[in-house]
Amino acid sequence: MAAPEGVRAGAEVRLQGLTKLFGPVVAVSDVSMTVPAGSFFTLLGPSGSGKTTTLMMVAGFVHPSRGAIAIDGIDVAALPPQKRDLGMVFQSYAVFPHLTVSENIAFPLEVRKVSAAEIRRRVGEALELVRLTGYERRLPRQLSGGEQQRVALARALVFRPRVLLMDEPLGALDKKLRAHMQLELKRIQRHLHVTVIYVTHDQEEALTMSDRVAVMRGGQTEQVGTPAELYESPVSPFVADFVGESNFLDGVVISTSPDGRAVVRAEGGLELRGTSREPLHVGQRVVAAVRPEKIVPQDARASELNRGKGVVDQIVYAGDATRYSVALGATGTLTVKVQNRLASRQLATGDLVELAWDPGDTRLFARASDER
Amino acid sequence: MIGAEGQRTGPGTIGVVAIAAAVLVFLAAPVAIIVIVSFSGADYLTFPPPRLSLRWYERFFGTPEWRQSIVVSVQVASLTMVFATVLGLAASLALVRGRFRGKGAIYAMLLSPMIVPTIITAIGLYFFFVKLKATGSILAMAVGHTVLALPVVVIIITATLQGFDLRLELAALSLGASRLVALRRVTLPLIAPGVVSAALFAFLTSFDELLIPLFLAGVEVQTLTVRVWNSLLLEVDPTIAAVSSFLIAVTCAVLGASALLRRRTDV
Ligand SMILES: Nc1ncnc2c1ncn2[C@@H]1O[C@H](COP(=O)(O)OP(=O)(O)OP(=O)(O)O)[C@@H](O)[C@H]1O
Ligand SMILES: [Mg+2]
Repeated sequence: MAAPEGVRAGAEVRLQGLTKLFGPVVAVSDVSMTVPAGSFFTLLGPSGSGKTTTLMMVAGFVHPSRGAIAIDGIDVAALPPQKRDLGMVFQSYAVFPHLTVSENIAFPLEVRKVSAAEIRRRVGEALELVRLTGYERRLPRQLSGGEQQRVALARALVFRPRVLLMDEPLGALDKKLRAHMQLELKRIQRHLHVTVIYVTHDQEEALTMSDRVAVMRGGQTEQVGTPAELYESPVSPFVADFVGESNFLDGVVISTSPDGRAVVRAEGGLELRGTSREPLHVGQRVVAAVRPEKIVPQDARASELNRGKGVVDQIVYAGDATRYSVALGATGTLTVKVQNRLASRQLATGDLVELAWDPGDTRLFARASDER
Repeated sequence: MIGAEGQRTGPGTIGVVAIAAAVLVFLAAPVAIIVIVSFSGADYLTFPPPRLSLRWYERFFGTPEWRQSIVVSVQVASLTMVFATVLGLAASLALVRGRFRGKGAIYAMLLSPMIVPTIITAIGLYFFFVKLKATGSILAMAVGHTVLALPVVVIIITATLQGFDLRLELAALSLGASRLVALRRVTLPLIAPGVVSAALFAFLTSFDELLIPLFLAGVEVQTLTVRVWNSLLLEVDPTIAAVSSFLIAVTCAVLGASALLRRRTDV
């Protein structure tokens, strides 16, 4: 399984207008995206947003109602799952309970009629890759969840698929093990150059692991981009809220400038400046989004900044950082996240603070209706 | 009042225990009496037996007709087991996995022999096989018993399949296995306990059933149950007790095997 030998780098996967209807339910609607060869691509979205359905269509277990799937330019519509040569890891692991670890991993090679000697060699390599050497003869029920997951991973990789599909593979693991497995997955993916399509509803996982992320909502892709693009320039309040965390302030545009900046009066009277992707006009209703860690209590002095005075309302201490809820009078409440560095000043409830944040970190979204 | 083990004790409980005990005695007593009588040394059926002997077992296993009936019963039951298990497995797979119209109706139809009185089924089968001139054959009796055994087999195997994680089969497909290979290497080994216990019940259904072979048996080809019935009509001697004890022993052995199987797969 060492990548250099017979480098079969990952394949490119292209989805075109993919749609799936279950009776009246639109599970996936007109999804188009390109998963670059050898990349770690994540489908991120809340429950019911169509991630699993999309993945199952790529795997061949669900037939698209419309649209096409091409793997390295070849349309796979006519191929059943067993002919698509894709590795798949399920959330439930789906390790065969009646087979030992090495029998599980040998399974895809046996059905491909690989010779016994070759099977032994490749199972050994796969075990090494997922660091399970020495577990050959164990049955799945003698393994922990994390170990079972690694067996499933080895089994999905041992036949050198060019694309690996994973549906919330770490969902059942505890936080520590999850972080460890995330690193392992990345290491293995880089080592093998395999294309990974990964499904999760955990935005932190998506941000740390992916080369590119598609944010899904209600069966559609809301935004596709690198983690930094999603975090720094979300295209909608939904993305701003789902990826990371944001404060939202409703307001009305009172002036605009040609560089995309605009001044907004928030509902409580606070005036703030922000940036928008689309041109705004005076009088338009907008939502301003700003991330809690971009807001700094007090110290900043530059005149360019947005400012608001408020009272500390609630304090949540989280070790590395502290989150404050600051009530800004009629404007509402802002969540502020402050890293706990050496000598950083701790505020107390009831403290009067001035908050400051950069207009560049304030994203303005036109309000179509009452949607957020 | 709550007892130490969290159980209610009182006059009501004592009444329930008494009734339960009485029911158990009534269930078990005939079996016990038959078994004891089968070891009797007397020439006629008496209880308690004046002395013990194995003479009725010698008579049972020593008579060619009785021995032949054992063979017939085992053949019919084995064939029934094979037919009912294969058909029942296929039907259960379709019923649990398939998505087609009329599934409920087909399920009800498969279970209908449980509702229709066996005598009706037996008469129907008799007319059917008379037309084919096939009465008196082991095959005909096995087919008849397959009809009776199918409901049990379908109930057991569909229940087993419902507990089977379909994702294991999907995983096998994603790993490159054909549907047949996935069924043979993943699904069947995992549902084997259910299938085997269904097969054992099919065997038992046939082994101690009287009505179907009563209609379909020939002069030469008689199952144990039919020969017991016929000899009861002529004379009652303790051989019957020995035969009955034998039937009981086989039933217990098969039920024991299926219980063992279930215990082994539970751990
Ligand atoms: N077989 C089905 N029949 C009918 N509706 C379905 C079926 N499978 C999925 N759906 C619907 O399609 C939508 C998308 O489901 P999907 O499983 O793809 O969501 P998901 O993003 O994977 O969610 P989760 O994070 O909860 O796994 C849901 O509204 C779901 O109810
Ligand atoms: Mg899902």
